[in-house]
Amino acid sequence: MNPDELAQDLVEPIKKAVTTLPGPTLSALQKAKKREGKAASVQFDAMLESVEIGERDGVPICQDTGTPTFYVKVGADYPGINELDSVKLGLKKAVQRATKEVPIRPNTVHPFSGKNPGDNTGKSIPWINWSLVEGVDLELTYLPKGGGSTNMSQLTMMTPGRGIKGVKEIVLKRVASMEGKPCPPTILGVGIGGSASISMELAKESLLRPVGKRHEESRVAELEEELKERANNLGVGPMGVGGETTVLDVKIEYDYRHPASFPVGITPQCWANRRVSLKLTPSGEVREVGE
Amino acid sequence: MKILKTPLDPEKVKELRVNEPFKVTGRIFTARDAAHEKLLGMAEEGREPPFDPSLYPCFHCGPVMKEANSGWEVVSAGPTTSIRMEIFEPDFMEEFGTKIFIGKGGMGEKTSTALEKHGGVYAQFTGGAGSLMAGSVEEVIDVYFLEELGVPEAVWLLEVVEFGPLLVTMDSTGKSIHRDISEEVDLNLARELETL
Repeated sequence: MNPDELAQDLVEPIKKAVTTLPGPTLSALQKAKKREGKAASVQFDAMLESVEIGERDGVPICQDTGTPTFYVKVGADYPGINELDSVKLGLKKAVQRATKEVPIRPNTVHPFSGKNPGDNTGKSIPWINWSLVEGVDLELTYLPKGGGSTNMSQLTMMTPGRGIKGVKEIVLKRVASMEGKPCPPTILGVGIGGSASISMELAKESLLRPVGKRHEESRVAELEEELKERANNLGVGPMGVGGETTVLDVKIEYDYRHPASFPVGITPQCWANRRVSLKLTPSGEVREVGE
Repeated sequence: MKILKTPLDPEKVKELRVNEPFKVTGRIFTARDAAHEKLLGMAEEGREPPFDPSLYPCFHCGPVMKEANSGWEVVSAGPTTSIRMEIFEPDFMEEFGTKIFIGKGGMGEKTSTALEKHGGVYAQFTGGAGSLMAGSVEEVIDVYFLEELGVPEAVWLLEVVEFGPLLVTMDSTGKSIHRDISEEVDLNLARELETL
């Protein structure tokens, strides 16, 4: 694995990630627009027009392309498994190149000095979430999630006795209190269980599932559906101007919790639900994985 | 749709009402947290700002810019979350006389009171619609504090044509649809919680 070659292969996909929207998100926006009154539909018009211009002119739909983050699933039988250092370096170089060539906004700032290196890197940024899976491929997703939606994230260490009803209360209260700030209609990521940090990671990972696709377990899927309906009854509307669509979807992931803890992590994703997923095959081919 | 031209006519700004959509043609300047702090800091030291902030709308935005041979170009420039500027805007209006603030997500009671006092409005541009905004920019007139603050935080003075649609969500009569919707959402929330 040559890091420069990987970077070369990734610049175009990163550009695609920031200049287009995945099909399921786009059709959810188009469908939602039809239900709305005047002020809300003006918001949808601007969103849809911005998506059109982004794709047509090859420019970022939104100026905020987030803190560069990758999800990398390494197949246990991926032939390059001994060269993951090169993959890591390749991802960093890809982000540096894309920052200049797309261009995307340099978003990394040193928390002490306030200095911005100007290339979207820093210490461990781009952040890479590694996981080991079965298979022979390496799959990676680039998730340019903006700061405005991320700022609305919340961790609650809930009293376990409140149970799933408590989870519903926490989620709905959060949607109400966020109002227009996370750029609704959002896709709400909810992580239940695990530990404090695990629930937040689950919340963010849940966002990788395409809009409209339900969790494979029926009781989780039902909870997603119920929360989606109830969140949309709150009337926040697109960009908080009031309306029928506050969330495009709710995604839930869970894991086992400690008996004394019931963490509930929430992170909303703005309507500009951008990402790109790729597969690196054993023969070295790079293939895009559609939603 | 109403089109407001700059330099702004204070009377025309004062007449704008909540839920009214409009567009801006002329000049606007971008300012986020650091730019507000910088401009207010200069005023405190008795130094003049490098342009007149009373004449143009202030856009809460940190754009993506590209430097070409012919100069700077705006690539994508949607609004940033305005509530972060809540701690600055009353002083900003007092100091510089700025009448229109454009951003997203709405602002709070301090800004609402100051808008009423100074005859200003807050308008929302659809968050995330950065490519749409960039299409309305005719020219990058100037940039201030670029070296010190970096691209997103610098103040960009832009010439725009029909920038919008902008929706007035807070007006000079003290009305705020953010406040109204917040009350409505609270009632809806109470109903949903009861039926869980």
